[in-house]
Amino acid sequence: MKITTPEFKSNAVDALANENLQKAMGHVQVGFIEKRKLAADGLPEFEALRDNARDIKDHTLAHLDLYLEAYSEKVEESGGHVHWAQTAEDARNIVLDICRNAGAKTVTKGKSMISEEIGINAFLENNGIAPIETDLGEYIIQLRGEAPSHIIAPAVHVLKEQVEEDFRAEHTHLDIDRNLEEPETLLDEARTVLRQKFIDADVGITGANFLVAETGTSVIVTNEGNGDLTQTLPKVHIVLASLEKITPTLEDVSQILRVLARSATGQEQSVYTTFSTGPRRETDVDGPQEYHVVLLDNGRTNMIGTEFQEMLRCIRCGACMNHCPVYHAIGGHAYGWVYPGPMGAVLTPSLEGVEKGGNLPNASTFCGRCESVCPMRIPLPKMMRHWREREFERGLNPVTQRWGLKVWAWFARRPRIYAMGARYAMRAVAMLAGRKGSLTSMPMAGGWTKYRDLPAPEGKTFQQQWQAKGGS
Amino acid sequence: MTPREAILGKIKSQIAADPNDAGRRAAVANRLSNAPRGVIPKRGQLPPAKKKDLFCTKAESVQATVDRVTSYDAAAKAVSQYLRGRNLPQSVRMGQDQRLESIDWAKTPSLSTDTGPSDGGQPVGLSHAAYGVAETGSLIMTSGSENPTTLNFLPESHIVIIHSKDIVGDYETAHANIRKHYGKGRMPRTVNMITGPSRSADIEQKLLLGAHGPRSLHIIVVDD
Repeated sequence: MKITTPEFKSNAVDALANENLQKAMGHVQVGFIEKRKLAADGLPEFEALRDNARDIKDHTLAHLDLYLEAYSEKVEESGGHVHWAQTAEDARNIVLDICRNAGAKTVTKGKSMISEEIGINAFLENNGIAPIETDLGEYIIQLRGEAPSHIIAPAVHVLKEQVEEDFRAEHTHLDIDRNLEEPETLLDEARTVLRQKFIDADVGITGANFLVAETGTSVIVTNEGNGDLTQTLPKVHIVLASLEKITPTLEDVSQILRVLARSATGQEQSVYTTFSTGPRRETDVDGPQEYHVVLLDNGRTNMIGTEFQEMLRCIRCGACMNHCPVYHAIGGHAYGWVYPGPMGAVLTPSLEGVEKGGNLPNASTFCGRCESVCPMRIPLPKMMRHWREREFERGLNPVTQRWGLKVWAWFARRPRIYAMGARYAMRAVAMLAGRKGSLTSMPMAGGWTKYRDLPAPEGKTFQQQWQAKGGS
Repeated sequence: MTPREAILGKIKSQIAADPNDAGRRAAVANRLSNAPRGVIPKRGQLPPAKKKDLFCTKAESVQATVDRVTSYDAAAKAVSQYLRGRNLPQSVRMGQDQRLESIDWAKTPSLSTDTGPSDGGQPVGLSHAAYGVAETGSLIMTSGSENPTTLNFLPESHIVIIHSKDIVGDYETAHANIRKHYGKGRMPRTVNMITGPSRSADIEQKLLLGAHGPRSLHIIVVDD
């Protein structure tokens, strides 16, 4: 997928001016936050489970090579195949080969962020194979030719009126006068249209929430049941998973499951948690005849042993973006790649390079809400700061910003001059503001004063007050 | 170098792993064989009768419906009554589960049954659960000709019979039971943990039942 992260600033300006998007984003701010809180408060062991979930992943990452070996041995033992992909391109070619060997014309897909990361849909289409997204949100954005704007609610930026337009444009075989005003009727229509596609597909592609080393099992967590129809009905099931999805045991999966749904949607448990191990057995009367796992690296091994390793604990619940004021304001598309919000601000520069992704760690107020709700206790603000430091070290940020920081640093290292400067600057601003006590415009702060007045400082500087209180 | 060797080699060098790896290998072998249970919520740690009650309450809280009967034969009648109450056809497709086959379906003549997986043409699927988990009202279904996976997903309505002795407090106990049944490190092809009927909130965050899986989930608990 083409990355537009370098244009983050103009993306964000467009997003702020997009009325439909702003209306749709209102739904995020209300629903997700309250539901998560109720679910977390409803389980007394929730915080202890977060600690244990963090410890399980830390242990796994410290032994990742060994758990991957154990996992792949178990997959082969159960009759499945593991394909190791170092890059997105490798993964695409592996998937295409499997589809061609199966003589596939259509491929149904469960929701998978890895499939977005490697851009499999466009690639399959260019090679004459039709991919069909079956998760309702993914189906909607596939019709719209868009990327997901949220990792668990991909069409969160779309209004129901827009879905109606898309369905009318696509489902031209249906009665033109049908009523599609309500989400209920839209859902029913998608259910009917997709039902036959599930049955006709030659290959089903799903993602994985976990890969279990103990048993060689892949696990998907869904609410609709589309992932299960995708992987049960076709003759070939392909699992797309990045290698940090490895989890040692079924017990470890259970521990993390308890924090996953609660953090994501505020459910105690998602509707369908499905454990898949190998292809159909002799005793089975349904299920796929072939089972393939594509294990993707795509830059993740570079993060191991670095200050960004903790990001590999992420279980893609979306809580960080659900609680992020920047995400609320601009939605997911402005971030310009697959992963938005705070987790995307750390992951995008890690996987795509700080040259392309460096804008994102700056799109944060460091309010800390993301870290406070992250079920895996990932220190997201700290890692965004690491990226800012790297960006500065490599001279990637704009000249004005670097110059401003240098000026500030010169003063900051000279406390006397700094204190004096602050006193004079305060008085000057207060004088400019006059009796009104606020400024409607200010040089070099036009972006800020365009939307609100700048209150003029009153009283004494922080350092003066601190000294008066006897601080040192 | 194969891609597998390249990836594993890269991880080892990033971790700066000791070449002989004895300590790390022991830690991995230990976790895989002992599978520590971790933090278990107290809410499911109850005497059997209360565990059953919690299972029913939790299942109902996620829009499943629950009925309790005192024998497998009574379950047949309960299935028929449920279908009548919902205006659904008196016809169910099920697998070859012995507990389901032991039921004398002929005693409920209005109800017709047949056996096999679903191809999407059956309005009602009937399955027997392997376990139930009280802490969230979840059903654990295992694949095989006894209870084909397609019956869990394709029919519009899903009815699941579960024996009260198979209701456990927490997920970890259910997994330990599966391990005991299938052998260490082995699993059936598919294990479905089902918590309520299918749903989606993908259009404007409005929660709707019946996305792609069953629109309704009815659980019959047999307590004999």
